[in-house]
Amino acid sequence: MADTTPDPDVTDIRSDAPRRIRRHSTRRRWVKTLTPWLFISPFIIIFCVFTAFPLMFSAYLSFQEWNPVAGLASMEYVGLDNYRLAMDDPWLWKSLYNTTWLALVSGIPQHLIAIPVAYLLVMAVRSGIRQVYTATFFVPFITSTVAISLIFYTIYSGNSGILNQWLVAISKWPVFSWFLGWVEEAMPIRWLNSSDLIKPSIAFVVIWKYTGFNIVIYSAGFLTVSKDLYDAAKVDGCNAWQQFWNIALPMIRPFAFFAITLTIIGNLQMFEEPYVLTEGNSGGVGQSGLTASYYLYLVGWEWLEMGAAAAISWVLFLFIAIVTAVHFYFNGKKGLGGDR
Amino acid sequence: MTTLDTQPPERRMAAPRKRARTFPRLGKYATHVVMITGLLVTIFPFVWVALMATHSRSEIYSSPPPFWIGDNLAENYIKLLDVMPFWTVLFNSLWVATAGTVGAVFFCSMCAYGFFAFNFRGKNLIFGIMIASMMVPPVLGLIPFFLTVQFLGILDTHLAIWLPGIANAFGIFLIRQYMVQSISRELLDAAKVDGASEFRIFWSVVLPLIKPALATLGIVMFIGLWNNFLTPLIVLSSPDKYVLTLALRSVQSIANSPWGAIMLGTFLSMLPLLIAFLFFSRQMMAGLTAGAVKG
Repeated sequence: MADTTPDPDVTDIRSDAPRRIRRHSTRRRWVKTLTPWLFISPFIIIFCVFTAFPLMFSAYLSFQEWNPVAGLASMEYVGLDNYRLAMDDPWLWKSLYNTTWLALVSGIPQHLIAIPVAYLLVMAVRSGIRQVYTATFFVPFITSTVAISLIFYTIYSGNSGILNQWLVAISKWPVFSWFLGWVEEAMPIRWLNSSDLIKPSIAFVVIWKYTGFNIVIYSAGFLTVSKDLYDAAKVDGCNAWQQFWNIALPMIRPFAFFAITLTIIGNLQMFEEPYVLTEGNSGGVGQSGLTASYYLYLVGWEWLEMGAAAAISWVLFLFIAIVTAVHFYFNGKKGLGGDR
Repeated sequence: MTTLDTQPPERRMAAPRKRARTFPRLGKYATHVVMITGLLVTIFPFVWVALMATHSRSEIYSSPPPFWIGDNLAENYIKLLDVMPFWTVLFNSLWVATAGTVGAVFFCSMCAYGFFAFNFRGKNLIFGIMIASMMVPPVLGLIPFFLTVQFLGILDTHLAIWLPGIANAFGIFLIRQYMVQSISRELLDAAKVDGASEFRIFWSVVLPLIKPALATLGIVMFIGLWNNFLTPLIVLSSPDKYVLTLALRSVQSIANSPWGAIMLGTFLSMLPLLIAFLFFSRQMMAGLTAGAVKG
């Protein structure tokens, strides 16, 4: 641009060219090396402070006995005691059992409901109406678990909560009275205050909240299956069931793998539903609503045993890692093979 | 199924090609019955909480259950303000969610640009660590996270809730993937030839091109922070700093809890996201299922 007019700056640079160019180029090289690091520095700082350091510290802490209120000096090396204690702790085993129970009972129905519903939505419902259905099914997923658990807490209430009132009303209907006759005598059914019913009650809330999310994922999966495949199958004499079982299902494997992985990881860390539904009260009657995360919270923040809580969190991590690894081993190859 | 099988092959082949006709008419009605049942089960708790917000505690648990709009709304509102500083708490939630969302959108895209536009020693290692860190369950770091927060002196502040999420692995990964798909190397080179600085390229060339990804991340972050319960539970201790989820849970077990008022608070706490969902359902569903990291 400035070629035609003589530029004072240009002549100025030329006058002591060798020195300035060298200095300039080293600075430039530095800037060039540093720029990428500058861009990713937020991640590095946040990651080190809030993830990497906590993880290492948690490993260190699990070998110490420490009450955080008493300050850092009260930390005492106890070797494997925390782990030994955790292994002997009946509440930990109970909470792991509860976590597994809840993960299965609240996880499997989500998918058993979501897959056929998504298939029906894709195959038998017009696209406009399908949008309305899927959007509505999705609403529970965006609302806070605490709010939802509070609503269900009142619905489940033993003293004339709406669920119990409905059961009584339905048990008086003509046909239903044959097999619901026992309901009136069983009243009030304490859904959240009896050790047998807490877990199923929690599981229902979880199923209610996450099934819609899975329906959306599976619908996206079924929509990727080309119509030509179904047509070809029909020509070959496949009936409706065979089309679903032999064509649609294998095609959505990657989606199922994704959805199931999320369910496993989420369910094994379940905390908010049991915490709110048992009023944060030591896992409810007989600790039947005590999940592993819930127990971790109790040990660390209610009992202020940070070392023991750190050991429990590593046990929980191992548990999640094993379950996820088993899932990946059996389903991973098939699951990922579909689209990658 | 068997009836379909016994049909002559010509008829099966001649069946209309439209997907919607694959199922016979009766099946179609059955489908809608199933779907509408599902809708009712899904919607009921929302309708119920709205109704209960207008009833007193004794009416809620009366028999028969009150399936009509009550006249206790004003009284519930007064009681709600009595048990918690509702508007302060709502504002706290809004602040935490907004600050965290804006921060995450800016810093995640900045880091994503760093991973996308440059080649430098150690890049693959750091990127690998970042991906691996997504697999670690958050529960594992809960205790040391609390201790770190305590050590930094930000216990009982809102900063401790939103700051840790502003450069999260999921967001960086999401945006980097979008950049790989939508931004060409030539464009970056052209901007460089024009003499733009790296930050300038990022700010005025790249950011406008990745707006959809930014919106997706913003939606995921806002919903996650608005609904977050565990972090506030372990970090916050003074009631006037509580966020909505924590405040609502804290009034659950007080003696003679005014359930009408609590339900009003619960309903109001869900309302902003429900209204947003009414208008942006498609974007929100796409965003939350794109990466779908819960919480």
